[in-house]
Amino acid sequence: MSTWPIHPLRGGVHPPQCKTLSNQQPIQRAPLAKQLIVPLLQHLGSPTDAHVGVGDYVLKGQLIADSANLISAPIHAPSSGIISFIGPQPYPHTSGQLMDAIVIDTDGLDKWCPLEPLADFRTASATELLDKIRLAGISGLGGAGFPTVIKLSPAANQPIKTLIINGTECEPYITADDVLMREKTAQLMLGIDILARILQPENVLIAIEDNKPEAITAVRGALNARSYHVVVLPTIYPSGGERQLIQILTGQEVPSAKIPAQLGILCQNVGTVVAVHDAVVEGKPLISRITTLTGEALHNPMNVECLIGTPAINLLEFAGLQKNKMNRLIAGGPMMGFTLPSLDVPVIKTSNCLLAASAEELPAPPPAMPCIRCGDCAEVCPANLLPQQLHFYALGEDHAQLQAHNLFDCIECGACAYVCPSSIPLVQYYRSAKADIREQAKKLAKAEHAKERFEFRQERLRLEEERKDAERKARAERLAKTKAEQAKKAAQAPKADINSSTGASEDEIKRLKIAASMAQVALRKAQKQLEIHGTAELQAQVEQLSLSAEQAKEALASATAASSSKAASISADDELKRLKIASSMARVALTKAQKQLDTHGTEELQAQVEQLRVSAEQAQQALEAATRAPDAAKKPAKPELSAAEQAIKKAKIETAMKRAALRKAERAEADAETLSALQAELSQAEQELDTLNQTEKADV
Amino acid sequence: MSMVFISVIALVGLSLIFGAILGFAAVRFRVEGNPIAEQVNALLPQTQCGQCGYPGCKPYAEAIAAGDKINKCPPGGEATIQALAELLDVEPEPLDAVEGEKPQMVAFIREAECIGCTKCIQACPVDAILGAAKQMHTVIANECTGCDLCVEPCPVDCIDMIPVAQTLQSWKWEHPLPPGTLIATDRESLS
Repeated sequence: MSTWPIHPLRGGVHPPQCKTLSNQQPIQRAPLAKQLIVPLLQHLGSPTDAHVGVGDYVLKGQLIADSANLISAPIHAPSSGIISFIGPQPYPHTSGQLMDAIVIDTDGLDKWCPLEPLADFRTASATELLDKIRLAGISGLGGAGFPTVIKLSPAANQPIKTLIINGTECEPYITADDVLMREKTAQLMLGIDILARILQPENVLIAIEDNKPEAITAVRGALNARSYHVVVLPTIYPSGGERQLIQILTGQEVPSAKIPAQLGILCQNVGTVVAVHDAVVEGKPLISRITTLTGEALHNPMNVECLIGTPAINLLEFAGLQKNKMNRLIAGGPMMGFTLPSLDVPVIKTSNCLLAASAEELPAPPPAMPCIRCGDCAEVCPANLLPQQLHFYALGEDHAQLQAHNLFDCIECGACAYVCPSSIPLVQYYRSAKADIREQAKKLAKAEHAKERFEFRQERLRLEEERKDAERKARAERLAKTKAEQAKKAAQAPKADINSSTGASEDEIKRLKIAASMAQVALRKAQKQLEIHGTAELQAQVEQLSLSAEQAKEALASATAASSSKAASISADDELKRLKIASSMARVALTKAQKQLDTHGTEELQAQVEQLRVSAEQAQQALEAATRAPDAAKKPAKPELSAAEQAIKKAKIETAMKRAALRKAERAEADAETLSALQAELSQAEQELDTLNQTEKADV
Repeated sequence: MSMVFISVIALVGLSLIFGAILGFAAVRFRVEGNPIAEQVNALLPQTQCGQCGYPGCKPYAEAIAAGDKINKCPPGGEATIQALAELLDVEPEPLDAVEGEKPQMVAFIREAECIGCTKCIQACPVDAILGAAKQMHTVIANECTGCDLCVEPCPVDCIDMIPVAQTLQSWKWEHPLPPGTLIATDRESLS
């Protein structure tokens, strides 16, 4: 086996290793915690939805949360027990914000659900293997936590030529991968076999830094007949970064905004490979991981295999935490890790290290001084960037220049900040600038989306308005057409109809009716005015109006009579019906008026009621006459009758009016002369009415 | 003398030729719409809230292109003013709004109180409210621009504008203090 040529990393730093602190003893098993906090987001991608409810009993390895989204990974119960809570819980994040989690009260039995391992992965198809890996919820255990199955399913036109197994573990303090390679070598080899079966790469490279001689020996010893290359790298930080490792091993630089798969290269962390082995060969989902517990505040630093969801405090106490010595707790290493806001946060799939550092070990950074442009940062930058330029652009929030200087290629390794003599927190500048740019891009995308929706809505409203307009137009056209047709018919009708005069006289009657009712309305209005104001002028006006109303009525009556006498075609039955309706309507009007009279009891109403009674009687009489003599007597009798009746009616109205006027004058306390004059007028009207009544009776 | 004539004729000829070319170009390569208004519109937040006094972002963009002030957009805030000032090469002015810059809001319908009148649906400029007559309405939070326009037409006042909650996904690192500025504890530890 020839040695694989390596291309030394450009830049990089050599921080103190501090790895011997934790790699001196074998992997311990952490005691089972009473409560496991399993966050619904433990990977890079969309959060999962809980598939269990509070109070459910779950078995170890049972699926408890999954997502329909592609970039996500299912989550399984780390131990058997009862779900006691689903909701916001502490989460390992700098912000200290809570995250939805499933809390399991463990029952101590650690009872597995039935496992379904593949019988033999050597005969299984790639699809079967990938399915197994997806169902096991495996995401990258190196730190970023990208769902493994997506990484393992590259596009068909980009076959993976080189598979890199990343065992570099370049960050100080962390030894989880080191001890894993020493103790789980057989599983690691089988895991690589599985990945090789899925991807069919030309080369498989196992990269290990030269500060892990035991791991190198163990892996070399387990190779057997396999043609994998174990590549030993000189120790330098950050050789374990994906892009940096690819550059060291292949000399190829992964272009900006591209992924290694586009160069035919794929990187997997050793921990992930062992998890793949467990999922395929043993059928176990990813429910535990190896985490380094280290730092000077721990009495007994070590590596533990702990269940996902175990609170950090439980593990730290297991490792002998000296609380008074601990200055801060860091998740991950000292270079790229972040300070944890609380000790209650659980271990998740990406937690590779808990560093309980003392104040002497990791002192707080001294206050930042202005940049002196020494250029040390540019020399150590493993991504070939210009950190000080980026720093100044970040200070000025010049997003265009930041992007022009490839800010997004920064892997936030912290090498620049490590060497900075002014101790400027450079990485924090880059992180906040990146966040700002991402936020703005998001806002812009949202604005664009909102604009699209707004314009779509405007268009929709416009179309709707147009449609309504069109409908309105069509309706108007239809109406005009039907009207025109009616007019045409009406024009044709007189020609066809023999009795053309009837139609004409009908129109005439209609006209007269309208005139009569209008006169009546005018009269009523004037009467109301009179009632309110009571001047002599108004009185005169009312009288005149009543006269004209009477005239209009008479004209109408005569016209009706004439038309009815002319209209020989109207049958007696129709006439009878008409009369019946008229009489009943008159009766109804009478009862109504009487009711009104009962409640209010004014003079005017009295007069109205009388008038109505007369008209009702008249209608009744007409009806009776019509029923008695349907052929002969009816037609000549009617106009005569109505003329006499009209006279009486007129007299009656006159009388009532006079009476009302008198009453009003009395109420207004007018002088005796006017009163007596009005009295005289009234008595005269009453006399007239009497005589009329008598003559009418005589006539009948 | 002939020299003068020749030069006059040559100049007239040249001006005619270039005039023709320019005239043709003006017709052939005419830009549709107002390109400045388009660019301004791209910088506005598209909430269509009308707080600038114009019925939507595009009318305001057109007004800015026609010379209106650039500081009338509260949802955009200082960032938008800066971007507009840069684009139009004018001095940025402080935001012209009573309440100043507000955080990103999202409408929320208290569903138990909704009577299903559809008035808010008609008011929403981006169709972010779902519902039908006499059916409960709800806001599609992802589509809501927080423009406030649905609050006023609600006859039962069941719409609240709530600030968008910060999630782990939207959390971001703060800017470090600029070099040279020390916080009190740093000064103490130094001295």
